[in-house]
Amino acid sequence: MNGISNPMNGTDEESNGIPALLLSEEDNVVTLLSLAERGDEVRILSGGGTLAAADSIPLYHKMALRFISRGETVLKYGVAIGRARQDIPAGAWVHLHNLESFLDEKSSFLDLHTGVDTGRRYE
Amino acid sequence: MTSWTGYLRSDGSKGIRDWILVVHTVECARFVAEKIASGEENVCCIGYDPCNDNDYAIRLLLALSRHPNAGGALFVGLGCEYTQPRRLAEVTEASGRPADWFFIQDTGGTLTAVAEGKRRLAALKERVEKNRKPVSMGWQDLSVGCECGGSDATSGLAGNPLAGRFFDRLVDRGGTAVFEEMAELVGLLPELLRRAETPEAAEEIRAAYDNMVRYCTSVRQYSISPGNFAGGLSTIEEKSCGAYAKSGSRPIRGVIRVSERPSGKGLWLMDSLPDPYFMQFGYSNPHDTEGLMDLLSAGCQVLFFVTGRGSPVGAPLAPVVKITGNSGTFLKMEEDMDFDAGPILSGETGFDEAALELESLVERICRGDRSKSEILGHREYAIGCKFQDTGRPRRC
Repeated sequence: MNGISNPMNGTDEESNGIPALLLSEEDNVVTLLSLAERGDEVRILSGGGTLAAADSIPLYHKMALRFISRGETVLKYGVAIGRARQDIPAGAWVHLHNLESFLDEKSSFLDLHTGVDTGRRYE
Repeated sequence: MTSWTGYLRSDGSKGIRDWILVVHTVECARFVAEKIASGEENVCCIGYDPCNDNDYAIRLLLALSRHPNAGGALFVGLGCEYTQPRRLAEVTEASGRPADWFFIQDTGGTLTAVAEGKRRLAALKERVEKNRKPVSMGWQDLSVGCECGGSDATSGLAGNPLAGRFFDRLVDRGGTAVFEEMAELVGLLPELLRRAETPEAAEEIRAAYDNMVRYCTSVRQYSISPGNFAGGLSTIEEKSCGAYAKSGSRPIRGVIRVSERPSGKGLWLMDSLPDPYFMQFGYSNPHDTEGLMDLLSAGCQVLFFVTGRGSPVGAPLAPVVKITGNSGTFLKMEEDMDFDAGPILSGETGFDEAALELESLVERICRGDRSKSEILGHREYAIGCKFQDTGRPRRC
């Protein structure tokens, strides 16, 4: 979890693009510090390099740094935060639709944007 | 060396506030208890709802009545309930704090009971004032508890790591730090074990972790909610990485449970999860107020609440310092938020600089400045039923 102590390394770089944090070298996702529209160039702080966003991605959400195959472990902070539910292309938004917890099965039945449980009946 | 004036208690602990509690021992007495406390300076109301008693709840009521920031307590019962206000008052009195009690049914109706309560409270206030012992205190006498809630992805990037940085500085000066949310450490057992100060601490951590996983899988409820998802956290494992960051980097001395005080200075992990029992009580972490009560029960005089998405809640007895890593949240909810850690994320400030700024805010609060939740009068409380084993040692 090396990234936690100082995730801000390199934020002073001057350049264009949506800034994104790579929290640990082995991570396959980055965290966006501004929202990205599909096609926007995302600039990876501390890791260097850029990548085009394949989806519109909300503020502080995750983007795949490279192709992640179905069943593969998703790493953030160098920690396994879940498993890919499907193949995820590089630049794609990584969230409830394509990532699931190893333990919490509920995470697969939630509205992608609000996180609200869509299966709950109110009647 | 930094010092300020606090209140000495007979167990040697020191408070930064001198609250008098009005405690209802059953829901039926709540209205009267609230009326008694209403409009009174430095008096706040807490209590317990069910008519049936519960060891965990009684321990918690007594931990709060004997909190370093508590100077005395008035217990108000209805008269039918299992939980006995007289017994609670006796134990509180034995801790060197003036205490009193009465039953509504012995006294009269609502108006009569409120008048009787006000009369007893006035007498209690006089005794608390006479009993007051000002004392010099500093970081080494301070215990700070930290929980996070309403988290978004900024909590793990700025808010919690900043609280962790503060914890490191507090521990290095001989203070005490308590972090909690055992149910938000999913996937981090190896990290936690690596930081255990002793083999015994490692055993306690492993036992608490295993119990947490058993509990969460059996009730199929994890400590993550719609707002967390919307804020960019996709799984409980991801949220856990952020929640863990509030622990800082110092060795973990051991695991304490609700209503246990740490047995020494340094960094401690609070475990509030229920143990196996024939009744499965509630959910893990039903809401943030329970978490704040857990930290109070360990004697923390100051509470940190890290919240990326924002929350209005406060607590009885102790100032809640609300920290957000999300500057948008700070702007939107500035009336509730005490500290904006967002500038760390935008690169305008660094962790060390922000930690110093946070420390000076805490020092001012210890000297008597009020946190936002105190100014607004937030004193949310929740004391429910639960089963927790009290035996030691707790091993796998």
